[in-house]
Amino acid sequence: MLQRYSASQDMAADPSVPTGAGRSDRPIVAMRDVGKVFANGTIALSGMSLDVRPGEFVSLLGPSGCGKSTALRLVAGLGGASVGRIEWPTSSYTHAGEPEREISFVFQEPTLMPWATVFRNVWLPLRLKGVSRRAATERVMDALRMVGLEKFAEHYPRELSGGMKMRVSIARALVTRPKVMLMDEPFAALDEITRQKLNDDILRLWGDQGWTVIFVTHSVFEAVYLSSRIVVMAARPGRVIADLPNTLSYPRSGDVRTTADFAAASREVSEVLHQSMDVDAHR
Amino acid sequence: MSSISMETAGQTAAPLAATAAAESPMRAIFRRFLHVVVPLVTLAVVLLVWQWYVTVYEVPRYILPGPTEVIRAFVADYPMLFSALWVTLSITFSALALALAGGVFVAIAFAQSPWLERIFYPYAVVLQVTPIVAIAPLLIIYAPSTHAVLLMCAFLVAFFPILSNMTQGLKSTDHNLLNLFDIYNATAWQRLRYVKLPGALPYFATGLRIGGGLALIGSVVAEFTAGSAGTESGLAFRILEAGRRLNVPRLFAALLLITATGVTIFFLTSFISHLLLRRWHESALTREN
Repeated sequence: MLQRYSASQDMAADPSVPTGAGRSDRPIVAMRDVGKVFANGTIALSGMSLDVRPGEFVSLLGPSGCGKSTALRLVAGLGGASVGRIEWPTSSYTHAGEPEREISFVFQEPTLMPWATVFRNVWLPLRLKGVSRRAATERVMDALRMVGLEKFAEHYPRELSGGMKMRVSIARALVTRPKVMLMDEPFAALDEITRQKLNDDILRLWGDQGWTVIFVTHSVFEAVYLSSRIVVMAARPGRVIADLPNTLSYPRSGDVRTTADFAAASREVSEVLHQSMDVDAHR
Repeated sequence: MSSISMETAGQTAAPLAATAAAESPMRAIFRRFLHVVVPLVTLAVVLLVWQWYVTVYEVPRYILPGPTEVIRAFVADYPMLFSALWVTLSITFSALALALAGGVFVAIAFAQSPWLERIFYPYAVVLQVTPIVAIAPLLIIYAPSTHAVLLMCAFLVAFFPILSNMTQGLKSTDHNLLNLFDIYNATAWQRLRYVKLPGALPYFATGLRIGGGLALIGSVVAEFTAGSAGTESGLAFRILEAGRRLNVPRLFAALLLITATGVTIFFLTSFISHLLLRRWHESALTREN
């Protein structure tokens, strides 16, 4: 197993990795021996520990059933962990003991409200916090501009292509100016060309917005292209088997995909992934 | 190479252009005109054949009156028929309004509290599956007036489809959207207001269309069973009365008014559901292909 759990320290020393402002070695979110057992007895996740530091772009990579989505949903606070804890060391806590996380979540589906215009969809997170339409307009339009959809504010989701809907979904996620962006295979349902374009958009926004990203994917190439760190997971039970730093320098663009470094990194990650699946096969 | 591909492009373009030309504005107007004219002509033919049959075979008017007889009955009994229409309309629409308000309110209560649903849903089903005619005599004993009986019968018939559709609709919210609301710590009221209710609109529209038709049926059936008192007579009572007196032209006239009411309710509820859904729902969209 390669460089297990040493990755983040390595990365911290790497000046080519852009990092969020005011970074420290304190993780922004930390999973401590987290496990999740579903009601039907399936062990979705077992003993997962993960420190994510501010400014990191962490990909959770693995075959289906490895618990990568479950891990992300637990971080998002959707359903509680069966065992273990999820800590937010840099967040303040409410009186009820809930962390005040500044997170956004992007689902695999665009998950838009079909009855609402693009504007109203993006306004939603602010509206839930009591921000009026007038007060929200500037931020909503900014968010739409960042994903190149400012001309489509008054359109309905059905009038947009799959890629555009996903952009609206991303605009909705970024309108609250979150610190942590959680993305659950957001581009899995899109065609390759659209997917590559949105990958570039996400990299650009990550650089501009100072996000910390946790990105779930089953694509080795997507993980290598995007992340500063790749966490490889295996199934039955869902667990982490490797934590690999990605030393390709930022900013990355489409040309990176054809370099020898990219190929080498992809091969390395693929091998780890396949080892995990071989182990599976012998169980 | 390029000339060949251009030629094939030209060949495929030509028939396409021809089909496009086929749908010229004039043709489109003509087609729409036909859509209106054909059913009207059919109606005229049916009426003519009817009149011809009645005249030639000298069918007595107490068995089958001709269209002219029916029109004459309309004119002669105008005040009585229209006051009856007014009674039927007011019962149908008040029942529908009550059923809409009640159905939506109870569905929301069910959606907010699964316990309430577990306790009360079986009773709603029992009420629905019991034929309304069978309950009417009981209602006559309990209710303060005939009018109240009619209203309750029509309400009971229209209430259930609205309740069950609305309950279904409030449960069918996109699961991911609800997760999104969880992530943003939305309140129960915000979930209801911003996702559950708008998402249930197509189901509400279905309930409205079914409930609208049933409210009329309910008020007619109730009046058949419960009868009515003098000034409060609706169309159903006038039909019974005309039947007993063998005043068949008036019976036809009253029947025609009920049919017209049914058609009006159908178009009205369809129009409302179109207004609610036209911007976003698949059922209300017109497609090119």
